Amino acid sequence: MIDGAVNALELDDLSVAYRIAGHDRAVLRNLSLTIRQGEAYGLVGESGCGKSTVALSVVRYLPRNGSITGGSIALEGQDVMRLDAEALRRARAESVSMVYQDPGKALNPSLRIGRQLTEIFDLGGISGQAAAERAIAMLNRVRISDPASVMQRYPHQLSGGMQQRVAIAMALANDPSILVLDEPTTGLDATVEAEVLDLIAQLRSELSASILFISHNLAVVSNMCDRVGVLYAGMLVEEGPTNDVFNNPRHPYTVALLRCLPRVGQRKDQRRLDTIPGSLPGIGVAIKGCAFADRCALATERCRTEFPPLYDLGDRLSRCHYHDKAQSLPRATAADVAPSAPRAATRPVLRVEALNKTYGSQGQGLRAVKDISVSLQPGQTLGLVGESGSGKTTFAKLLMGLVRPDDGGTIELEGTPLAARLDSRTDGQIKAMQIVFQNPDSALNRSHSIRHLLDRAIKRLAGLRGKALDARREELVSSVKLTARHLAVKPRQLSGGLKQRVAIARAFAGNPRLVVCDEPTSALDVSVQASILNLLVDLQAREHVSYIFISHDLAVVRYLADQIAVLYLGRIMELGPSEAVFGGPHHPYTEALLSAVSRLERTETSRIRLDGEIPSAANPPKGCVFHTRCPRKMGPICETEEPPLSEAGPGHTIRCHIPYSELAKLQMPKTTADVG
Amino acid sequence: MSATDDLARTPEVDTGTRREPLADAFLALFRSGPFLIGLCIVLFWIVCALFGEHFVPYDPLADDIINALVPPSSEHWFGTDQLGRDVFSRVLTGSRDILTVAPLATLLATIIGTALGLFVGFFRGIVDDIVSRLLEAFMAMPVVIVALLAIVALGTSKTTVILVIGLSFAPIIARTVRSAVLAERELDYVAAAQLRHEGALYTMFIEILPNILAPILVETTVRLGYAIFAVATLSFLGFGIQPPSPDWGLSISTNYGLISGGFWWTVLFDAIAIASVVIGVNLVADEIHGAFND
Repeated sequence: MIDGAVNALELDDLSVAYRIAGHDRAVLRNLSLTIRQGEAYGLVGESGCGKSTVALSVVRYLPRNGSITGGSIALEGQDVMRLDAEALRRARAESVSMVYQDPGKALNPSLRIGRQLTEIFDLGGISGQAAAERAIAMLNRVRISDPASVMQRYPHQLSGGMQQRVAIAMALANDPSILVLDEPTTGLDATVEAEVLDLIAQLRSELSASILFISHNLAVVSNMCDRVGVLYAGMLVEEGPTNDVFNNPRHPYTVALLRCLPRVGQRKDQRRLDTIPGSLPGIGVAIKGCAFADRCALATERCRTEFPPLYDLGDRLSRCHYHDKAQSLPRATAADVAPSAPRAATRPVLRVEALNKTYGSQGQGLRAVKDISVSLQPGQTLGLVGESGSGKTTFAKLLMGLVRPDDGGTIELEGTPLAARLDSRTDGQIKAMQIVFQNPDSALNRSHSIRHLLDRAIKRLAGLRGKALDARREELVSSVKLTARHLAVKPRQLSGGLKQRVAIARAFAGNPRLVVCDEPTSALDVSVQASILNLLVDLQAREHVSYIFISHDLAVVRYLADQIAVLYLGRIMELGPSEAVFGGPHHPYTEALLSAVSRLERTETSRIRLDGEIPSAANPPKGCVFHTRCPRKMGPICETEEPPLSEAGPGHTIRCHIPYSELAKLQMPKTTADVG
Repeated sequence: MSATDDLARTPEVDTGTRREPLADAFLALFRSGPFLIGLCIVLFWIVCALFGEHFVPYDPLADDIINALVPPSSEHWFGTDQLGRDVFSRVLTGSRDILTVAPLATLLATIIGTALGLFVGFFRGIVDDIVSRLLEAFMAMPVVIVALLAIVALGTSKTTVILVIGLSFAPIIARTVRSAVLAERELDYVAAAQLRHEGALYTMFIEILPNILAPILVETTVRLGYAIFAVATLSFLGFGIQPPSPDWGLSISTNYGLISGGFWWTVLFDAIAIASVVIGVNLVADEIHGAFND
């Protein structure tokens, strides 16, 4: 072992370019960063800023059109650029390990876990029984309770969280000196994410490995890392100890990025989210002054002409001429909330009574949605939360008529019952209820121009032709803040945020009364997410439309929703006004969901973790469906009797055997710590 | 609304770097050697079919009994056949019938197959079950046997050949289109169309069809190669192109008995011609397939 003074990883003046259509386009520009022994270094930034390229460069594993055009990379003092093929292979095998975003793709689907794990030891010269024992030890280390049986399974037989644990076990198998985690929890449920992050944090204290942690999620990085670097357009714009950077940012980009996130307790009627205007410079674009100048309200002539160096501010760095003034960055979006239209109507826009959906044969099939009853007032938002598999999307599809519910339930729109079949609904009902899908790439027909997409929706939903259609199109386009020049292009030519705006415009074509938003921002960067959320809030205030907002991001739901329904295995576990549900006392499941959320504010309060996975809906647990994972399980009654939804406060119901007053007592310390 | 427009500052529409995927694929095609070779072969035969009779040395249909079965010479490059017709002239003009019949048959197959595939893929369920089983049963029968039966029943003519080959290839194209439609149907834009109460025909032809043109084009070019082969086979069997056309398959059929007599030139050049067209079309088809499946 080399002595401790040598840095685990040192990038010096690293430049990487991708060859696209015959031109070398710079992706990383003179990037220098150092990760010390045993340190966890977080790298954050929006998509397209070069985070993953850093990860790939470390082991010279760039795609075929990528090349390192300058600078050096040193792994434990060893220059990676000078290694020959054999030495490089050894470095990859022995000193660096990677964990990628999608564990399902990182594992070989046709080999058993055991085989994939022992393979690593085989390479190190250990085989047979010894390798198997080492593999079991590795699985134990990542807190897999039944390693022997996991060894026998194939990747698809494991849940996402388990797969990621196995991937981490594989990464740790050769005892690497540096572990590169590239968005290791993106795409996992909040509860699973919390589990995996806990695991990584625990492993850190056991292992000596340094960590390069790459994520777009600022909160996750703030909880995991000692130091953090903010990447923008392939350059480091700010670096420093995590706490300092997040609490006292010294670059306008970091300031702006942090402001895009809904703060705990922030609500739509108090303050709009801030956004970052414009977008990242395209890759390979020549940058003269400061890369962020175009989007920065503080920028002066000097910023546009003079390239800022990394100013050294004690133990931290900032690439801003005016780093001392960074926090005075004015908001890009006005903070004041558009006044909402007066609320007169009391008749609910939507009333759902005893809605059920069973897949497969009646009686013993898979109950995706069980006995859901909700109602929603005009101009209000109902937030649906729950882990994947909880029935959120199925519920939305039942409402829309895309999936047929079981007989017996009712869906009423503004007092009129809706037919279960989409074809039997009237045109008026169709246009009154529209949906914004999660993935605009799938929701917008890629063969049609934006103009065609909007015109068709206006024709069908608003029934307009000719001049009236043109006027309505213009109105829609401006209300979602697109411009006329976006009309001629196809969806592919727009960024993710713009595509989602088109999808929103399309949903609003016929002046709907209710719009279902199915995770509309989950695929977007935080700055884009903020502008989409602001847009939805503005539209709601103006048009008095109601939303059903599905999301796994509790901060977003809290920001938008007036009512919250917490779903588990297709059942409502808790339903009530947003403040009541978030303020507590809450259902133990809600409590667990809330405690799984990574926060920017580092709060080491009691964390509640859910054990195991969400049970199969085809075979739900007897009694309370949550008892198998419930941290507050009372006793046998939970296993035998399904609790009813009982009143906990005005309009607030909880499905739990524990009396409300008891829950309040149990959750007391946490709720007080949470205020603010 | 917000004072500073989110979008007003930077152009996010970037037409320069993101071309149409189809256009990209075509650009790649024109840089590929095998594709260009295949295209040249096919174009050569198309030119021969259109204008061959104007530049061949002899009338391909003119008898000259005195000079029958002359071996290749400077006067008759490919020799002459039983009736003294110039083989070189006949080979060059022999592409005319096959290059009308085979593409028309393929076009027919593509139209019927696409419509069928869209229909069963879109409606799924019982419609799919029934139609798909029928198509599979149909595909299980050898093309040539079906064609022979149909031609015996309907009489020989180019129209019959087009109909027979077109109909027997349609199920294969329908199968390809169906699987493409099944994948597209899961995308949310189809649900969005349903939520606008779009009719089935609109959804199938305006929403889905433009997105599956690539697999249809690939399948069509592959089928064209098979169609040429099938037409030649039928002509050889006497059920395809009829005399006195200089068609290659037909020529081989009339002359193959002469090979044993040593008159190889009456058959060889026609066979090479058929092979070259099929190879040309297959080169093109392979490269198109590659370009659209990368």
